[in-house]
Amino acid sequence: MATKSKTPKHPVDIEGLTGDAAIAVALRQCDVDVVSAYPITPQTIIVEDFQKFAANGETHTKVIPVESEHSALSACIGASAVGARVATTTASAGFALMWEVLYCAASMRMPIVLAVANRALSAPINIHNDWSDSYGGRDSGFIQVYCQSCQEAYDTTIMAFRVAEDRQVLLPIMVCIDGFILSHNVERVEMLPDETVKKFVGVREPFQNLDPDNPITLGPLCLTDYYFEFKEQEDRAIRAVPEVYKRVEAEYEKLTGRSYGLLEKYKTDDAEIIIFTHSSPAGTAKAVTDVLREKGEKVGVLRLKMFRPFPTDAVREAVKNAKAVVVFEKCMSFGAPCNPLALELRTALYEAERRPLVADFVIGLGGRDVPPETIVQGIEKTKDYLKKGKAPMYETLGVRK
Amino acid sequence: MSEKFNEIPMAGNILKPGNATEYKTGGWRAERPIHTDETCLWIKNGTCGRCWIFCPDNAVRLIEKEGKYSYAYDYDYCKGCGICANECPTKSIRMEGE
Repeated sequence: MATKSKTPKHPVDIEGLTGDAAIAVALRQCDVDVVSAYPITPQTIIVEDFQKFAANGETHTKVIPVESEHSALSACIGASAVGARVATTTASAGFALMWEVLYCAASMRMPIVLAVANRALSAPINIHNDWSDSYGGRDSGFIQVYCQSCQEAYDTTIMAFRVAEDRQVLLPIMVCIDGFILSHNVERVEMLPDETVKKFVGVREPFQNLDPDNPITLGPLCLTDYYFEFKEQEDRAIRAVPEVYKRVEAEYEKLTGRSYGLLEKYKTDDAEIIIFTHSSPAGTAKAVTDVLREKGEKVGVLRLKMFRPFPTDAVREAVKNAKAVVVFEKCMSFGAPCNPLALELRTALYEAERRPLVADFVIGLGGRDVPPETIVQGIEKTKDYLKKGKAPMYETLGVRK
Repeated sequence: MSEKFNEIPMAGNILKPGNATEYKTGGWRAERPIHTDETCLWIKNGTCGRCWIFCPDNAVRLIEKEGKYSYAYDYDYCKGCGICANECPTKSIRMEGE
């Protein structure tokens, strides 16, 4: 959970909102110039709510309805290139259709905010939550942040513009929420006044934007002679994100009393077993932790907020005293040594002086429920592995087998 | 091509319009066009100009000076594609290996 805001410095409007609705409100408040999106479950409410705001004249935003997600992000790049503040949203198959353009947005250094309501990929067609869609785009150059609550979705969307548009960064950012679990469930959300958000996000100051009076070319052909250098630039830009994020969040915290960090440590300080996950399973894992702690078990949760760039050093530091780290992840990387989240963790730990045992559990694919029992089962298995001194590279949990 | 990553514009942006002229594509040429004045209609009476029309690189120079016609190639940009030779109705252009 975020730091509790006992005395917010600004009057707040409190409403019960779904994760999607919270993001739509944040987008309305962020003075976005262009939204181009194609509705897809479970992100649809974001587009619907936002279209409603636009139709009612509650925002000056130009909404561009398009025929596909490929076009949606392409239109966003065009708008961002002339200096507009731009946002879009997608999920699952729509995310997959954006694929080619994801890399263009990042490589052309367009600070677009992309809200993703994480949903499984076909086939079989499935509208429910797992992380296969945005995990697939983890190497695209987008910044990726994952939210655990509707409040966090609202807060993160607002901060996202500041992070993306920072001159040190200039990269697009994905704000991810778990489809249905967050996108469609109503939670208490504190909203800042419109004027406060507007002041916080400010006006985008574009860099090397298209301007008829000063013509330049963006996104030209580039082969063996320069391409590599532009990738070097991009890599350095994403490495600058953590510092910028921390600065933006510190400023946001002054307004709201809420902050999240790149990583959230929940009872990890003396924990022997640390659960490593993000998004909605992190909430379940915290509930499990509370119960197990009452029984005297030293368990904690390390909730990852920023997947890209991956906070390698911070993760290594957070788990250094644990005996085991239990990864719960809603994605399968078919044929890989283990799955994306555990791959990152194991890589981060390779250089550590003392490596805790790592157990990787794939859970909740296609929206399969992840009840507290699943988390407990993973912890129990990990205890066995600790006794044996070895864990399998990964296994599935919650599947009939 | 010696510029480092931090010495070039962001993301491959081209900040100077029309700077393609600085990229001499003539180096790509494997064959060069050789022009013969004797049968060329441009030299004869300032007509035709099919080579000039079809050249994709604007590398054909049709020159008129005081009523006299002359002809030249800009080898800095001629890639040696041979379109001019193909289009010439009087076979006044032939391609020769570099």
